[in-house]
Amino acid sequence: MSTEYLAAEQARTPDSGVLLDVRDLHVEFRTRDGVAKAVNGVNYSVAEGETLAVLGESGSGKSVTAQAIMGILDSPPGFVTKGEIVFQGRDLLKLGAEERRKVRGAKMAMIFQDALSSLNPVLTVGEQLGEMFTTHQGMSKKDSRAKAVELMDRVRIPAAAERVKQYPHQFSGGMRQRVMIAMAMALEPDLIIADEPTTALDVTVQAQVMDLLAELQRELNMGLILITHDLGVVADVADKIAVMYAGRIVETAPVHEIYKAPAHPYTKGLLQSIPRLDQKGQELYAIKGLPPNLLRIPPGCAFNPRCPQARDRCRTEVPPLYEVGPVRASACHYWKETLGE
Amino acid sequence: MGRYVIRRLLQMIPVFIGSTFLIFFMVYALGDPVAALFGDRAPDPATAARIRADLHLNDPLWKQYLLYMGNIFRGDFGTAFNGQPVTELLRSAYPITIRLTIVAILFEIVIGITLGVVTGMKRGRPIDTGALLLTLIVVSIPTFVIGYVLQYLFGVKLKWVSPSVSPSAPFNELILPGLVLALVSLAYVTRLTRTSVAENTRADYVRTAVAKGLPRRRVVVRHLLRNSLIPVVTFIGTDIGALMGGAIVTERIYNIHGVGFQLYQGILRNNAPTVVGFVTILVLVFLLANLLVDLLYAVLDPRIRYA
Repeated sequence: MSTEYLAAEQARTPDSGVLLDVRDLHVEFRTRDGVAKAVNGVNYSVAEGETLAVLGESGSGKSVTAQAIMGILDSPPGFVTKGEIVFQGRDLLKLGAEERRKVRGAKMAMIFQDALSSLNPVLTVGEQLGEMFTTHQGMSKKDSRAKAVELMDRVRIPAAAERVKQYPHQFSGGMRQRVMIAMAMALEPDLIIADEPTTALDVTVQAQVMDLLAELQRELNMGLILITHDLGVVADVADKIAVMYAGRIVETAPVHEIYKAPAHPYTKGLLQSIPRLDQKGQELYAIKGLPPNLLRIPPGCAFNPRCPQARDRCRTEVPPLYEVGPVRASACHYWKETLGE
Repeated sequence: MGRYVIRRLLQMIPVFIGSTFLIFFMVYALGDPVAALFGDRAPDPATAARIRADLHLNDPLWKQYLLYMGNIFRGDFGTAFNGQPVTELLRSAYPITIRLTIVAILFEIVIGITLGVVTGMKRGRPIDTGALLLTLIVVSIPTFVIGYVLQYLFGVKLKWVSPSVSPSAPFNELILPGLVLALVSLAYVTRLTRTSVAENTRADYVRTAVAKGLPRRRVVVRHLLRNSLIPVVTFIGTDIGALMGGAIVTERIYNIHGVGFQLYQGILRNNAPTVVGFVTILVLVFLLANLLVDLLYAVLDPRIRYA
């Protein structure tokens, strides 16, 4: 069972400094058309200095899980209905709104996908960076301005002293994302959640931003949750991977193992759909079908309608997370078969 | 920015000339001012001819217009038919209407924006539905109905205010007329603010502000409102001109001797110099208010740059 697996993992690494532990998290959206079950029992943990990559298609629940952790779920319609989010030994879901707010920004921070829309268009970059210090630490405006310049230097934005007075639209895409990163690490949080931080950027800039993020993470020994659908990005920076499908984790594994041999048909499909140079001219592989409607998740394994290996059992019985290896798990009844091929 | 202002000021010249000529044409060409001067009596032909010559009424219209415009720039708006210089009327009427407009704008800002912010943040709740219904009612009832009803209620029945405003029109007497004048715009300000706030609540940068752990007050005031109020400020700016010109009904109801009142009298008596003089100034107010709004817009939204 998933909880057993988790307990086993923690037993093996008793003092690895678990930073964040998400247990059996359920999130649903109560819409006019019905209840959309966006997250259905997610478990994952991040240790200090560790990078967890969360992978999945749009609508797999990876961003919603992150928003629930941050406490910025759009509520209503979104509600956490079950589970625990243990961060530095405290269950965040049991904290009051004001205590929760103090955690945000200071202890855990988030980097969003589209820096242009995520930054306030009518405030200068300096004001938006500086308000982290004025509101959380009661710093004076003047000092916070100096801090903002310091931060911009740190994420290597050229001419920081001048650019601090500029507005987001005056920055290039890559520089804007650097501002986002600077804002997230302003108070040196222990955990950073990066929700597709490079998706909106040019490929050349993507690598620079990713490198910067990884470098800062090492320096500050922060835990990092990297949400992405780009398997290429993951390979370089992640320690472990959690693959999500229809609001559940279908596979978790250390990063090198998953590339070598996936233990879930969905992961396998994802890996096969990466375009490869040595297969030029051939048709690109795509997983058949569409992700399930979250208002009507199919019974049994949610992936069964698209799975090439699906059998009768898959259509009736929800697969638990089977322990595959020391720190590996797969939610497939036939994981041995998948792995063995 | 400087070049933009100069360009805009230059653009105002043709607009000013065009609109004033149109007014001039309508007022002078469509009625006989001399006949109007004599009212119901038939004028003595010799006197009428003299007046016509004095007023250059025998010259072609374009020449009359040029003469009139030339006089305006020397500060001479002509003489009303009762012998009073039009400048004197302007000087007594405009301050009153400006005071009335200030009261109306204050109502729009205080009540309109507050109501809009509250409803925008509580979409779909009873207070939102209630306020929307109220604005709909206000918009659908004509000003003269609301004006008379409130005058009767507060002025005659409850005697909280005097039903008509004294000639000096101090601020405290203008509260009720100001509210009546503001009502329709106030409803629009409420709705505009509501839509803008509702839209921005879901904006990515508001989510970022929350994720930064900022106190709710700061998220709302500094991030949400700072963005949401840009279109509202623009609307209120353009409304200045509309309020000053549109005060005719309100000023009639409360007997306020402002611009609307004088214009009404002028039109009623076919008093050409008065009408043209007042409207000319109104055109200027409109043009300047619009320029001001455009400049303000650039100040509020740094993405807009004029070159």
